[in-house]
Amino acid sequence: MAKTIASYFDELRGTRVWRSVFRSGTGSSTLHRALAVQQNVFLHLFSTKVRTRMLSFSTTWYLGTLTFGTFLLLVVTGIPLMFYYHPSVPQAYADTKDLEFVVSSGLFLRNLHRWSAHAMVFLVFAHMFKVFYRGAYRPPREFNWVIGVILLLITLLLSYTGYLLPWDQLAFWAITVGSNIASAVPVMGNKVHFLMLGGNVVNANALLRFYVLHCMILPLVAILFVAVHFWRIRKDGGLYSHQSEPQTVTAGPVPAAAKGGQFQ
Amino acid sequence: MTDPTTDPKDFVAGIDSNAHKSPTRVVFVTRRTSAQVKVVDEEEVQTYPEVLFRAIVAIEVLTIALVGAALLFNAPLEGIADPSHTPNPAKAPWYFLGLQEMLHYFPPVVAGVLVPGLVVMALIVIPYFNINVEAEGLFLKDRKRRLLIFYLAAAGLSLFLLLFDVYVALAPTLIVAGFMVLAAQSSPQSPSAFRRYLAAKPLSYWIMTWFLFELAVLTAVGTFFRGPGWSWVLPWRS
Repeated sequence: MAKTIASYFDELRGTRVWRSVFRSGTGSSTLHRALAVQQNVFLHLFSTKVRTRMLSFSTTWYLGTLTFGTFLLLVVTGIPLMFYYHPSVPQAYADTKDLEFVVSSGLFLRNLHRWSAHAMVFLVFAHMFKVFYRGAYRPPREFNWVIGVILLLITLLLSYTGYLLPWDQLAFWAITVGSNIASAVPVMGNKVHFLMLGGNVVNANALLRFYVLHCMILPLVAILFVAVHFWRIRKDGGLYSHQSEPQTVTAGPVPAAAKGGQFQ
Repeated sequence: MTDPTTDPKDFVAGIDSNAHKSPTRVVFVTRRTSAQVKVVDEEEVQTYPEVLFRAIVAIEVLTIALVGAALLFNAPLEGIADPSHTPNPAKAPWYFLGLQEMLHYFPPVVAGVLVPGLVVMALIVIPYFNINVEAEGLFLKDRKRRLLIFYLAAAGLSLFLLLFDVYVALAPTLIVAGFMVLAAQSSPQSPSAFRRYLAAKPLSYWIMTWFLFELAVLTAVGTFFRGPGWSWVLPWRS
């Protein structure tokens, strides 16, 4: 009997090395499939089962998934971009020019990073409105909505800090316009503005600050909150669906035993 | 439904386990059995592989679309940053252009700090107000008082925007207010499905829709219709 690809894969999953890596073991029973999720540090953020109806496109438009997809794309394109970039003046601009004309596929890499960033901002907003109109912020999901608002702000900050990095006219003046708004904060506006830029105007200090925030701090914070955001979906009872919420089970009188008899 | 007092394995999930009415549900275990929650049986699929497979396909389609965009359109790159040469107009990134448009009308402390601060606060508190959680049609209860408050608020806001010449924000306000008037004239018994839909919409729906509309219009105006000195330009005439 000819061996199929599936049987080769089953053999691979049975090897000692594979089983030492993946704790769920071999087999394709429902139990094994549940274990594949539950026994995996990343996948255990998700529940092992999902209501079939939640998978239809019209329910969520997959906006959360797609937002996460743009984030992955931004990490994958962002790391090689960092290899070719120095956060200093005027080297930053020269590096960006090099990406366009010298580095092979550099232009493509930067294009993909930029369009993914715009897509992420758009998708985060779309996701928020979709969740709102579905009523999916309702208890017990209140706090996951709040985490979502935090993630919206982190996304805007990620995009905003990245905007300065090419160090061209567009970047410089966009950040100047944006950061001037911070000066309008009552009482401590100028201090906030100074702290943000590392100076009174957008200069090399601001570039370094934005670079560190963009490549290091904000992505880490985003990953942390995304993990909690995913995990809370499971903890709060899966994706929200109005019809699946527990309905009134009984309208009869509360039995005497439940009125305290058992809990004394 | 079996009677919980006679069925030894059963339990009572509170008196009312409707999540909209009572967010915290109490389960009374009538016997020494573990608490099982009885919910409507619904078809489920395994996350692995079904759900993960769909997620991966969705992300792949998105990747193909973005790779296509990256191959076709180049990211903008202008001359090197020059602090002594201000472009006219100097624009923030597109998602802040709604704010920048408002800065054109109001002082920075209002348009740049107060309004975005209030928007973020409002977004955070949405799920903590029972009026949003219950989500009943705005004008179905306490109709007279609510109509009065609505007319006063809508007129006040419109007058305020008119006074500051903010026609760009006035137009969406008037359109949403128009639909709200229609909603007030509709009921769940209306013959038209659209009017039944409007009548069922709660306050949070109207506020959010107004916000979405304003956000879209202000951002679009800031992006496409503003030229030198933040003057009104038509994008197809440049």
